[in-house]
Amino acid sequence: MPLLETTMADHDLFPGENNTGHVWDDNIRELNNPPPRWWMQGFWLSIIWVVGYSILYPTWPIGDEPTPGLLGWSQIKEYEQGVERIEAKRAQFEDQIRNLTADQILADPGLKQYTLASAKVLFGDNCAACHGSGGQGNPGYPVLADDDWLYGGTTAKLAETITGGRQSLMPAHKAILTEAEVDTLAHWVVQMNETGGEGGSEAGWTLFKAKGCVACHGQTANGHVVDLPNGDFIGVGAANLRDGIWRFQPGGYESARHTILYGVNQKDVPETRSAVMPAFAEPAGKLSEQDIKKLVVYVHSLGGGM
Amino acid sequence: MAQLKTDPESTTPVAVDALYAEADDWHVNAGGQTIHAKRITGRWRTIKWAMASVWLIYLLGPYVRWNGQQAVLFDIPNRQYHLFSVTVLPQDFWMLSLLLLFFAILLAVMTALVGRVWCGFFCFQTVWTDIFTWIEERLEGPPAARRKLDAAPMSREKLKVRAIKHGLWLLIGFLTGFSFVAWFTDAPTLWWTFFTGQANGAAYITVVLFTAGTYVLAGFLREQTCFWLCPYARIQGVMLDRSTIIPTYDEHRGEPRGRVKHEEGGERTSGDCVDCNQCVAVCPTGVDIRRGQQEGCITCALCLDACDQVMDKVGRPRGLIRYASLDELEGRRTSRLWLRPRVWVYVLILGLSLSGILYGLTSLAPLELRVLHERAPLFVLQSDGSIQNKYTLKILNKTHESLAVRVRATGHDDLTLVGAEQPIATAPGGVTPATVFVRIPHQALKAEQQPILFQIEASRTTGEQAATERESVFVGPKPRPD
Repeated sequence: MPLLETTMADHDLFPGENNTGHVWDDNIRELNNPPPRWWMQGFWLSIIWVVGYSILYPTWPIGDEPTPGLLGWSQIKEYEQGVERIEAKRAQFEDQIRNLTADQILADPGLKQYTLASAKVLFGDNCAACHGSGGQGNPGYPVLADDDWLYGGTTAKLAETITGGRQSLMPAHKAILTEAEVDTLAHWVVQMNETGGEGGSEAGWTLFKAKGCVACHGQTANGHVVDLPNGDFIGVGAANLRDGIWRFQPGGYESARHTILYGVNQKDVPETRSAVMPAFAEPAGKLSEQDIKKLVVYVHSLGGGM
Repeated sequence: MAQLKTDPESTTPVAVDALYAEADDWHVNAGGQTIHAKRITGRWRTIKWAMASVWLIYLLGPYVRWNGQQAVLFDIPNRQYHLFSVTVLPQDFWMLSLLLLFFAILLAVMTALVGRVWCGFFCFQTVWTDIFTWIEERLEGPPAARRKLDAAPMSREKLKVRAIKHGLWLLIGFLTGFSFVAWFTDAPTLWWTFFTGQANGAAYITVVLFTAGTYVLAGFLREQTCFWLCPYARIQGVMLDRSTIIPTYDEHRGEPRGRVKHEEGGERTSGDCVDCNQCVAVCPTGVDIRRGQQEGCITCALCLDACDQVMDKVGRPRGLIRYASLDELEGRRTSRLWLRPRVWVYVLILGLSLSGILYGLTSLAPLELRVLHERAPLFVLQSDGSIQNKYTLKILNKTHESLAVRVRATGHDDLTLVGAEQPIATAPGGVTPATVFVRIPHQALKAEQQPILFQIEASRTTGEQAATERESVFVGPKPRPD
């Protein structure tokens, strides 16, 4: 016996019942209850709509490219138009920034706000990998959110740093100093750091001056070769030994000892500290003058700009 | 309901046949049949018009002025919502959720007490359909004439009547859409800009959609909307209970139905229902109220008017169809309104949401402050030995004037606030961000975290002081164990 047995409507066993004439198992039949009329109309309308859509928009995958559609719309075109619109909005700010210095931008709250928002992306793309998303630094890479600047924290110095990069040098003292001298100096650096520069031992000060450290780290060991009357300074990137901020992590006696023994960026010393910031300006880097100006404003505002 | 019985001994599957019989009995209008309801006057018809007139607020509201401005204006481009002298910003939108809660519960409480009054008296679908069919009756005549015209071949006369009807329908649709848009822009200006092609593109699209929507929904879909589109009709079953009063046919009184006969002294054998079918004739959704509570009934109560008129004529008491609860109909004791726990729960929720809205509207502060604590880094050590935290202040100025906002921070005796030496200029009706730093000497820090209170204040041109505050946190290194 077939699973599905149908009887035709002309010998319907249940006449006048509004069934479709399909009967199963003697008495189970299919009633004719069509969907509401509006639903069917919507169904047909949506088919018509699809036909219209496929004529106007890219639809049928024929060949390598789908049919282009009469309107010539494409996602990438819409994206490009969107970019154009936002660029047009930005242009008024970009034009103003172009004619101003970083200091002038910092003095204008509106422009500063725009520049910070715009430079956030630049910072993320170019700086955050080493200096952290918020300028919090990483082991070996200085914190940008504090006010301890190896090369100076004025807008001019920041621009100089980003434009040309930085690479300092500190000689390795393993062959120059005795083990005892290194020990004394390392302890002295720790004392200086912990006391704000007031508690360095006499022996340490004597060695600091006699062995030539003073030439780069400065008379008061604050990393400034010459302090200028405007608050800025001339320096060669030597660390400030008077504050609690360590250039190389984790800081403390062992860190100081290592740096003294092997120096910084010494070619022939495998254990040497590496401290290189690449140049970001075109053509060596990829940042335009405008980009660098924005980044200067951004870094200056991170928390330690001078 | 048909009784479902199965007899294992019997070869006749009674249950299945009963199901088919019921399905056949309940004819469903899926849109193939146009309902031409008879219009009669009466008490409920009057109430219906009075209730429907609430929609005049929708049509005329945008033209009410207040202090030289539109009294109620939902200014979406500027994100400002003006309600008479109050301006609400998106930041105050928690009140909207309370408002929605209020109306949702109001809908539930009304349904629980008196059934679908919303459907029958207030719903735009009902009201607009009512107006559309009123126009139809003015132009084409009573139901019989309308059916005749529907069936008649197209003629000059039919074309003329139909053109006027559809023109008026479209005009009402247009007014509906235009009034909607008028709540979102300056209404008198809209009349000018709309017809000179200067209005916003969104305004034209909205008006076209509303015109088409009103025309189709009230002109053609009508009761089909209530049957198949509206979810509310479907969920009402869980809102009604035995004590809900709804338009009900009193079958104990009415059955068995019978035509009025000239009684010859003897007792009447039939009930009060004279089977005149007037209750069906006046029903805008085409249902038969005598079959009991059903999904198609929008409780518009027009059948009450119809039945009362007939009862008056045949000299029987009114109220064969009346607002009654199931309890009343079945002769149970009906509990008083205030003795039903349901009423109290609803009233409590209504009261809470309403007082929340009132609190919100009366305590709209002119200034609002949010403080975002920088997390990368949480803190930095400065070269002078102090610990510095960075904060972004988001100052919301809700007034109509620029305010110079002064910032203070408290929470530690030795703290220094940097970056807020000058007052911060804030633009009206917007958020101004500002970055500030707080420094505390390392030695003075007792805990890894401590609260910092930011206070802002500004002088308004009226001489009033606007002020607010927000707590944040100051994070430092872990104190050394010593």
